[in-house]
Amino acid sequence: MPGGRWLAGPRKDEPVPRLTASRLTKSFDGATAVDAVSFSIPDGAFLALLGPSGCGKTTLLRMIAGLEVPDAGTLAFDGTIVAGPGVLLPPEARRLGMVFQSYALWPNMSVRGNIEFGLKVQKLSAEARRRRIAEVLEVVGLTGLEARRPHELSGGQRQRVALARSLAMRPGLILLDEPLANLDAHLRETMLAEFRRIHSASGATFVFVTHDQEEAMAVATHVAVMSRGRLEQVGTPEELYRRPASEMVARFIGRGRTLAVEVLASGEGRCRINLAGTVLAFEGSAPVGPGWLCLHASDLAARGEGGHLRGRVLNQIFQHGAFMTQLVPIGIDVETISLALPERVAPGALVEIALRGGWVIARDAAPSAGLAARYLHA
Amino acid sequence: MALATTGGGLGGSLGGGERVLAGLTAAYVLFTTFWPLAELFSAALAPGEDGTVLGVMRETLASRATGRALWGSLATSGLSVLISAGLGIALAFAVSLFRLRSRAILTFLILMPLIVPSQTMALAWIELFGAGSPLLAPLGLAPAAGTTNPLYSAGGIALVMGVEHMPLVFIATRAALRTLPADLIEAARILGIPPHRIGAGIILPVILPSAVAGGLLAFTAAIGNFGVPALLGIPGRVSVLTTLIYQRLNGFGPAAAGQVAVLAMLMTAIAAGALILRGLVLARLAVPLPAGRPFEPTRRAPLVETVLWLVVLAISIAPLVALVMTALLPAIGVPFGLERVSLDPFSRVLANDAVRRAFANSLFLAVGCALVSVIVAVPFAYLTRHHRTLLVRAIDVAVEAPWVVPGTVVALGMILAFLPPLPLVGISLYGTMAILMVAYLARFLPLVLRPVTAAAAAIDPALDEAGRIVGAGLLRRLGVLFLPGVLPAAVAGAILVVMTAVNELTLSALLWSSGHETIGVMVFALQYEGSSTAAAAVAVLSAAMVFAICALATLLARWLPQGMLPWRD
Repeated sequence: MPGGRWLAGPRKDEPVPRLTASRLTKSFDGATAVDAVSFSIPDGAFLALLGPSGCGKTTLLRMIAGLEVPDAGTLAFDGTIVAGPGVLLPPEARRLGMVFQSYALWPNMSVRGNIEFGLKVQKLSAEARRRRIAEVLEVVGLTGLEARRPHELSGGQRQRVALARSLAMRPGLILLDEPLANLDAHLRETMLAEFRRIHSASGATFVFVTHDQEEAMAVATHVAVMSRGRLEQVGTPEELYRRPASEMVARFIGRGRTLAVEVLASGEGRCRINLAGTVLAFEGSAPVGPGWLCLHASDLAARGEGGHLRGRVLNQIFQHGAFMTQLVPIGIDVETISLALPERVAPGALVEIALRGGWVIARDAAPSAGLAARYLHA
Repeated sequence: MALATTGGGLGGSLGGGERVLAGLTAAYVLFTTFWPLAELFSAALAPGEDGTVLGVMRETLASRATGRALWGSLATSGLSVLISAGLGIALAFAVSLFRLRSRAILTFLILMPLIVPSQTMALAWIELFGAGSPLLAPLGLAPAAGTTNPLYSAGGIALVMGVEHMPLVFIATRAALRTLPADLIEAARILGIPPHRIGAGIILPVILPSAVAGGLLAFTAAIGNFGVPALLGIPGRVSVLTTLIYQRLNGFGPAAAGQVAVLAMLMTAIAAGALILRGLVLARLAVPLPAGRPFEPTRRAPLVETVLWLVVLAISIAPLVALVMTALLPAIGVPFGLERVSLDPFSRVLANDAVRRAFANSLFLAVGCALVSVIVAVPFAYLTRHHRTLLVRAIDVAVEAPWVVPGTVVALGMILAFLPPLPLVGISLYGTMAILMVAYLARFLPLVLRPVTAAAAAIDPALDEAGRIVGAGLLRRLGVLFLPGVLPAAVAGAILVVMTAVNELTLSALLWSSGHETIGVMVFALQYEGSSTAAAAVAVLSAAMVFAICALATLLARWLPQGMLPWRD
């Protein structure tokens, strides 16, 4: 879609976002798969759609591709509506790239044939096609395997062919549907690095569906967390980790814990809270009233005496060079919290815990629409 | 991107081409299938002569002839299915689970009862078990001269139909066994489960729904079988529905249309019951299998192989040998002896203009029908995979009807729909080749469609979606991405159509006219007139032609995609 951006007449100071969804909705047989999802990402972003299975992330991706028809809402590429009231651009005309979970390599064609098919559809000359194929095979590191059939390739190689097939079309937007689900852990890491490299080399916008937050955090510039069809939050990996917008995000990302607190005062990005009788101050913008204190293991530290919390040791596992310890806190209503301790402690022992950091959000708060829909700069 | 503003409404404009395809298919099915069957139903539901509601139906159902024929159909078919299922499942297991040296030829011989036309098979069994049996008489096993052939009985009909339809169960079971992932069996072997327990406890439950589905197919085939009960039951005075319809229509002409339409409805109801049951079995009991490396048998079993040879010798080879030997004798009743062998019967029938015309007609009808069916089936199978709208699903069910209902029913529908002149053009199709062709197209489309939709169902839908993503239009995706995946199935289906249609009797027995005879009609007419030797000669020639088609296909198999010929594996 080169050109589309300029036709849309963007203002100089605010580039038109590459991809904008507003209140996209889709149900299957009465069950809402995607529920009024709105977001927008800039050109060149790498967006991960993250969520547990069945949260609607694949349906959202397929609506972006044009493979599913939204029930309501609009979708725009570069400011041009591709799906909305009275408008529906079929996938054939959206000029994007897509890597399927199954890779969807055409079994009757060689590696070359798979890449070349789309180029033939675009009526590129034989010479141009030859150059493109050589170029993308170079990018994905498969030079020399042009004549192979898909069944003669390893899983990682098939993945690369699928990517090369998309890249050859030089789309502005490439969609990846759980592309690493069928690969082993080692290959997954290699391919993640490859995705990052190819993303920056191609300059295209990537949208990547995954249920694995490690994957999402490692590769994406933006992460959109989905739950039960709704978009919980869109943000950079750090934002999601440090400033979750909802309880779901706080608990989902980085194995976070949420503690019920009372917000006593709020202002200038900080909140004074009451945590089981102790008054503390943390970052956050929750209004006065019930709130959640969002924590990660790294926010907690054991202290000899005078901690903010006390907990009884439930069990310990040795992980990443420290004893990851599960504690049952005393005096607050939460099952367990975890923190790293340097040494082994007998089960049942009392540990004093100091809170070194945290983030306060409102309790019973629906995902903040303002934050989720906010236009995000890279 | 200017396109963006010209799309249809939300949820509207995806798949415009698909809708056109679906509309064309619907029109085709409406003409070839829906209209004739609707005419049949309206004839059956007509009021009686005295104007009573459903009078024709009440009268016919109350008659004793109907009751006898209904019982005859159910008894012979039920018994025949037991034979088909027992033989078919056992043979499929033996062929799939053991490593056999002669698997290809054995598979072919097992399928032979289906490949050889019904009326030829019936003739062959008659000759095998007759008093003058060229095989059994020298052994002293033939019935005494002057006694009736033991096959002229309900049991005889069941036996011959059971063997004839056995391949339906065999094919269904074998197909399920071929998709059986090897790791299911390997996992059981690693747990130390003995082979017979693996067969009964793991493989059988997985393939049973397919086998039962095959058995129900064999049942509907038996209910609708005309050739076997016509040749065995009419002399044996065993009445079944197909022969009753034939006799009534021959005896009373169009005046009997209402009555026979009711009989046809009765058969349709039985067949529909079996079809619904089959659908339930496949939908409720079938276990979705994980994709995996298919099981490759490694166990050699010389004993199993010997037993298999004995079985095919008895069910496939012996009857045909008896038939050939009969065809080589100058007249019926002459004992077989090398000095009496002559090729005269063959030269006589080949010199006959009507016989030669019948061969030309049957070949033309069969090949034409196969080609058209492939052209219709491939795009439609695409729709069933990628565009499963209500209309497509309705067509998917409707096209099965002419194959599932007995051929006699289809033929009757054709007469009722196409005897009056066609609207707009004002020409009647009755008495022309066209009515035979339309009947064949309706009846044999499922033979192509079923394997093609099955192959389509196995295709990852993402293959087509990936084509859309790179911008390929519907026709391109159909031709370049979809067709290669279903081509083996389409070719296999087309070959099946040619082989079935070229020797078809049930439809043409009611639809033929002078100058438009088929091979099946020729054989039946000759045997009916008492020229057994000539009938045997034509039957042998037609069987030889089918074998020639098989051989040709086998030769071509090297250049065609793998897995297209059921007997080559």
